[in-house]
Amino acid sequence: MPTKSRLHVPATPARPGEHSDFSWLRLSPAGAVPRPEITARATDILFLADGLVRVLDDAGEALGPWHPHLDPPDLQIGLRHMLLTRLFDDRMQRIQRSGKISFYMGSLGEEAVSVAQALALRPDDMLFPSYRNQGLQVARGRPLVELMCQLLSNTRDMCKGRQLPVLYHWREGNIFSISGNLTTQFPQAVGWAMAAAIRGQDAVAASWIGEGASAEADFHHALLFASVYRAPVILNVVNNQWAISTFQGFAGGEQSSFAARGPGYGIAGVRVDGNDFLAVHAVTLWAAERARTGAGPTLIEHVTYRGAAHSTSDDPARYRPRDDYRHWPLGDPIERLKQHLMRLGEWSEERHAALTAELEQQVGAAWKEAVSYGTLTDPPRLDPHLMFEDVFREMPPHLRRQDAELRAERSEG
Amino acid sequence: MNMIHALNSALDIMLGRDPGVVVLGEDIGYFGGVFRVTEGLQRKYGEHRVLDTPIAEGGIIAAAIGMGANGLRPVAEVQFADYIYPGYDQIVSELARLRYRSAGQFCAPVTVRTPCGGGIRGGQTHSQSPEAIFAHVSGLKVVMPSNPYDAKGLLIAAIEDDDPVIFFEPKRLYNGPFDGNPNQAAVPWSAHPQGEVPPGHYTVPIGKAAVARAGRDVTIVTYGTMVHVCEAAARGLGLEAEIIDVRTMVPLDTDTICASVARTGRCVIAHEATRFAGFGAELAATIQEECFWNLEAPIRRVAGWDTPYPHAFEWEYFPGQVRVARALRVVMEMDR
Repeated sequence: MPTKSRLHVPATPARPGEHSDFSWLRLSPAGAVPRPEITARATDILFLADGLVRVLDDAGEALGPWHPHLDPPDLQIGLRHMLLTRLFDDRMQRIQRSGKISFYMGSLGEEAVSVAQALALRPDDMLFPSYRNQGLQVARGRPLVELMCQLLSNTRDMCKGRQLPVLYHWREGNIFSISGNLTTQFPQAVGWAMAAAIRGQDAVAASWIGEGASAEADFHHALLFASVYRAPVILNVVNNQWAISTFQGFAGGEQSSFAARGPGYGIAGVRVDGNDFLAVHAVTLWAAERARTGAGPTLIEHVTYRGAAHSTSDDPARYRPRDDYRHWPLGDPIERLKQHLMRLGEWSEERHAALTAELEQQVGAAWKEAVSYGTLTDPPRLDPHLMFEDVFREMPPHLRRQDAELRAERSEG
Repeated sequence: MNMIHALNSALDIMLGRDPGVVVLGEDIGYFGGVFRVTEGLQRKYGEHRVLDTPIAEGGIIAAAIGMGANGLRPVAEVQFADYIYPGYDQIVSELARLRYRSAGQFCAPVTVRTPCGGGIRGGQTHSQSPEAIFAHVSGLKVVMPSNPYDAKGLLIAAIEDDDPVIFFEPKRLYNGPFDGNPNQAAVPWSAHPQGEVPPGHYTVPIGKAAVARAGRDVTIVTYGTMVHVCEAAARGLGLEAEIIDVRTMVPLDTDTICASVARTGRCVIAHEATRFAGFGAELAATIQEECFWNLEAPIRRVAGWDTPYPHAFEWEYFPGQVRVARALRVVMEMDR
């Protein structure tokens, strides 16, 4: 027994040069966690925040009460979107290194979270993503060219050159403007959901943050407002273990699960295998129905692993074992769904190879088109005058003056 | 030394000299910070002196205040100035006023380090220069160095200061001076006299401006990255400009600034931050009050435009040499 206080510093399981260690990760067998009624009270289903909802076992078989029984074509669509997301990420990261785009953030290993959730939600449900949810855009059918034009800040850039790459928005697709500041979207999604309830809409809102971002005060605001007003919202914490160099223990993951934050506010908390497409889909459907029928919000913790660097400005080899991702006990979301489909007799290595080739070609063709609208460095370029628009709805006199000053300046320079 | 090494040296020296100094922030411990400023410090001083924190700027500042109130001397890092706002309430309502509202019974000698400024293709969330909204708050000292020598001396002075200091680090200057021309090859600090940094303890006083370059034609009052941009712009026009590096916004060295303007009779003020209600307005008002009868021409301000910092228009937004030169020509009445 300690007899005096001592500052506790969370341990990081493995650093560069050490062997990966995931012995601390609490797992439940596939199919083991019960599926309660959607009307259950948050405090009666605490086991959901403590266990780990899994459908796919290691052999690729779907088990238990959360098995969503999706038709094989729906599973194949999920696989296609995840694979497209990965190939898109991969290509954009390589292009960033060549200097055509200034910055990129990949989602390797986290594809199931965005893709399965987008497919479980309705198209009119409003999404408030973080910067690592490109799978939402892909699964909602956004043309890759539009995403690439944003990355290039070119003449077709939806953000008109104002945003860092990956900070997309898509009004028609019901995807909110992504912020570079952490967690700000979480309570905003709650406000959107409150408005849906006020206005009698039956759409729900969903938002995503990383486990590291749950440290910001906006996380508390989101859970509190969601609870107080029983907002029709799904709040997702993507626990990918790493906040740049900082292990999830520093976000409070050492003491309890992130899903367990929910019940403290009277919100259902569910901890799900984030690399299990079927489990993520099932849990999301459960939470969406709960929200849509007035039974209240849900906090979902997706247990996954950030296979990618934090961003193209980051080098994970400085702070974690180089091959850490390969040892992640929950595997790879694409491989696992592929394995399941093959077990069902609905997929094969040949079809997979053909799909990969088709999607690679799709990414390549989209890139070719996107660069024809300009790049950050090559013409055609956006008119710098655009910088002064949309600060306000109408440009006030001082900005009109500055716009004119810039024109004069550019005629000299 | 480059500015990163100079800042690291200041932290190292203060951690070594004063057992009350603690350093805390996101990714600053094991990793050594996203800009490497705290590299090696946790290894040397341990996890109780150099703390990785949760991603919570409000929590970082608040915890630093509590530590400061209990006898420590915290140096908090906010990873980018653009991310400081969740901590703004703790800085403005608490850190700045603790001494005042408790009639001197409580204080928190906290230094908040934060990289600021543009020129790195960081877009609106990695490029801001928010010094004015801190300078506006009574009870905060506000500092921004323009070179490695000052960075180290000012950071040591800030840590030793019993009042809270907001310490802005122009990130474009970390690896070398930058004259505003992005097409020019990078110049290292090793080629610059202010890159010569003594290894030991020394301070640069808070509240003292520097004459970065003496001259008699015009006074340019500036700080941070713009010191180097203004030097290049004046040189390009063949002007003997006197360049005042403000270094400390609060307390402001009005004497040094006004003595120069009184001598030259002409003044341009330059900063990267947005113009409207920017720190330049405070400088212009002060100079006008003190030097009105010495002025030969109206004071001109050069600044970033009053828009968020746009990713694709970095160099149209950034107040580069052309913008500075245009203001200098007006003040010098060169186009008449």
